[in-house]
Amino acid sequence: MGEELKVIVFALGTEEYGIEVDKVRTIERMSPITRVPKTASFIKGVINLRGVVVPVIDLRGRFQLTETTPTENSRIIVVAVAEMEVGFIVDSANDVIDIDTDTIDLPPEIVGGIKAKYLRGIAKLGEGRLLIMLNLSEVLNKNEIIQLEQLEV
Amino acid sequence: MDMNAYLSMFIDESNDHLQSLNENLLQLENEPEDLSIVQSIFRSAHTLKGMSATMGFEDLAALTHEMENVLDLVRNGKLIMDSFIFDTLFKGLDALEAMVQDIVGGGTGKADVTAIVASLQQILKSDYSPAKAGQADTAEPASATGAATDSGSVLLDEFQASILLQSIEAGVQAYHIKVTIRDSCLLKAVRAYMVFEVLEKNGEVIKSDPSVQDIEQDKFDFTFSVFIISGTAQEELQNQILNISEIEDAAVTALDEESLSMLSAAPAAAAAEAIEASAAAVEPPADKPTIVPAKEAAPARAQTSPAPAANVSRTIRVDIDRLDTLMNLFSELLIDRVRLEQLSSEIKRTDLTETVEHMARVSSDLQSIVLKLRMVPVDSVFNRFPRMIRDLAKSLDKKIDLVITGADTELDRTVIDEIGDPLVHLLRNSVDHGLETVEERIAAGKPEVGTIYLRAYHSGNHVFIEVEEDGRGINQEKVLKTAIKNGVVTEEQAKQLTSDEINHLIFAPGFSTADKISDISGRGVGLDVVKSKITSLGGNVTLESAFGKGSKFSVQLPLTLSIISAMLIKLGSEKYAIPLSSIVETGIIRKEQIKNIHGNRMIEFRSSIIPLVSLSKVLESPDFNDEEEDETEIVVVRKGEKWAAVTVDEFIGQSEIVLKSLGKYLTNIEAISGATILGDGYVALIIDPNALIK
Repeated sequence: MGEELKVIVFALGTEEYGIEVDKVRTIERMSPITRVPKTASFIKGVINLRGVVVPVIDLRGRFQLTETTPTENSRIIVVAVAEMEVGFIVDSANDVIDIDTDTIDLPPEIVGGIKAKYLRGIAKLGEGRLLIMLNLSEVLNKNEIIQLEQLEV
Repeated sequence: MDMNAYLSMFIDESNDHLQSLNENLLQLENEPEDLSIVQSIFRSAHTLKGMSATMGFEDLAALTHEMENVLDLVRNGKLIMDSFIFDTLFKGLDALEAMVQDIVGGGTGKADVTAIVASLQQILKSDYSPAKAGQADTAEPASATGAATDSGSVLLDEFQASILLQSIEAGVQAYHIKVTIRDSCLLKAVRAYMVFEVLEKNGEVIKSDPSVQDIEQDKFDFTFSVFIISGTAQEELQNQILNISEIEDAAVTALDEESLSMLSAAPAAAAAEAIEASAAAVEPPADKPTIVPAKEAAPARAQTSPAPAANVSRTIRVDIDRLDTLMNLFSELLIDRVRLEQLSSEIKRTDLTETVEHMARVSSDLQSIVLKLRMVPVDSVFNRFPRMIRDLAKSLDKKIDLVITGADTELDRTVIDEIGDPLVHLLRNSVDHGLETVEERIAAGKPEVGTIYLRAYHSGNHVFIEVEEDGRGINQEKVLKTAIKNGVVTEEQAKQLTSDEINHLIFAPGFSTADKISDISGRGVGLDVVKSKITSLGGNVTLESAFGKGSKFSVQLPLTLSIISAMLIKLGSEKYAIPLSSIVETGIIRKEQIKNIHGNRMIEFRSSIIPLVSLSKVLESPDFNDEEEDETEIVVVRKGEKWAAVTVDEFIGQSEIVLKSLGKYLTNIEAISGATILGDGYVALIIDPNALIK
């Protein structure tokens, strides 16, 4: 038996992802976003999170999936990593589960089109259900954003 | 006892004492005759020694002790200060500072100070024999020789007697105090220390028996006696001492000229009787000379000694985090206030409007207080400069006078924290490149002592700090040559530069005019770093210079970095804020007024042609394009001397906004300096006008 890990489960399209609970500050409904000019297209802008200005990125855009218009179920998951606070727009967030760290496998080379380095691993939840565990510091890696920006120019 | 609880207090106070040591030593260097300065230096050193010994920082205490010994000789007129002694004392101070810094960083405050201690002892020894030979007939004071004296021989040397005599003549009372500590007392040194603290608050201790050192080290029985000059009345002094617990008795005797002459002349053995006799002689008419009215005594004391009690300011130390929290909470309140104002103007109910207006007034008072709380006088940065200039002048063999004015000018703490390094660099630059050597100055017909003026003053919403020197000024030919050589400008460009622009070339990255690279300043990384640092603080630095006459660097800084006045504007559906400090004017122009010059859109404004910048283009606005409008609103902004007109969709109005950062994820966004939260809860971005003007 490995250690118990509490994970927030959210969905992008048909796939389910997980972020450790202790990295998540709060989960919010969609709120008005102020556009910030001259940033990567997946950076949607900033929101007012109870007096703190927090940048928001569309996780679909970040993973180069097609972006969709937000729905009733869309949520902003605000995570705190390495003194950065960033909100992720996801299609829905509706579960907190406990998983055993032993059930997390190393990611295969390519999973659902997302580069493997964003992934911490794949957790098998049984009944064929798979949970993609995100490597947050890689998702928020700014060097890569700069490279992306240069590609776009 | 848990020392950690006292550590931060110790660090704060040590820094204060080190600073005052520094200042006083510098003052003493200018006025070596003024023994009252030596007294206050001695006091600071002494307190520092006591504190560090209590806290268990032995090296710190040991070094201070050696310095104190030297100072004691000076204080008693047995040693004349010379430059070697000054240098050694300054070196000692540096070592002390380094140790305190080590303690701040969590270290043990240990350091190898043997070299400094050795030279201090050398000073002591070289003085020791001549002092003894020359003043053989005067009794050696116990504190100077370090030898324990037997308690009966309280005797004043000439110097101490003359101080007492002078103060009596000046109308300040001199007392002899005999303190007895209860024999049940376990920590009599501590009680004695408390007595000294009371005494030093009330006046100046001239002599104590046994010596202060011995008392501190517990080398005394339960009594000790002290000579003190003080403006406090006899009974009051006695009461204050008796108020300290475990003090058995305090016999305060007023001294007059007669008893003093007896004391200083009397042979050692008769000293005890002399005191008794003088006490007897003085006591009957005690009412007259001893009870000096407080009003008279106070000014007199101010003349004779820089009384430590005079500057008891009513302050408390507050953790800076708490102030930051207060500031944040207040910012939230400000946002709600704006929201309430909007609501009340929509609802239009008189009593609601009145209440909201009142709240607005109260909150703007509150705002100014909260902002003031964070204000710190620039002195906290300036105070280390005299010492720095002195050292630089010595090492470069120049003669420099630093004149500081406006040190009480206040600035936000966040600005203060950042401004130190740029100022150090500007000053070093002035000393190294600006001022000439003594020979050069004499050859140029200038006074051999160069002067650096460091000024701070308020002007509008800004604070100006100027560094001016009467040195050689900027050699524009040389600047141009170097700039071309280092590729800062091309020869073509150089021909078109105004003299002001040439001067400002020295701020360009990769520029250095110094022929030699010195360790003082000038690796060509200096002035451009200064400039970018100051710009990042929302300030500006300019330079005026006349060749052969000197240069003046002028640093402009915002008063505060947290709440600013701004103009809110609209671009289609988006709202932005432009800091009011950089707005010159707002207006409306018609399409016909826009001229195309070299493919750039320009307009005429106050009889000059300025560029027109399309904000919607710069910010890639999704739903507004100013080119479609016949009439368009403009905001004229400035960056230094340069102006530009910025087209906007609509003005919303002026508002106090709270600066918020965009966080660490979004950094260096072009033309955006931050964000603010509007009354309706939406985030508006703050435009950086400096980025709009190229």
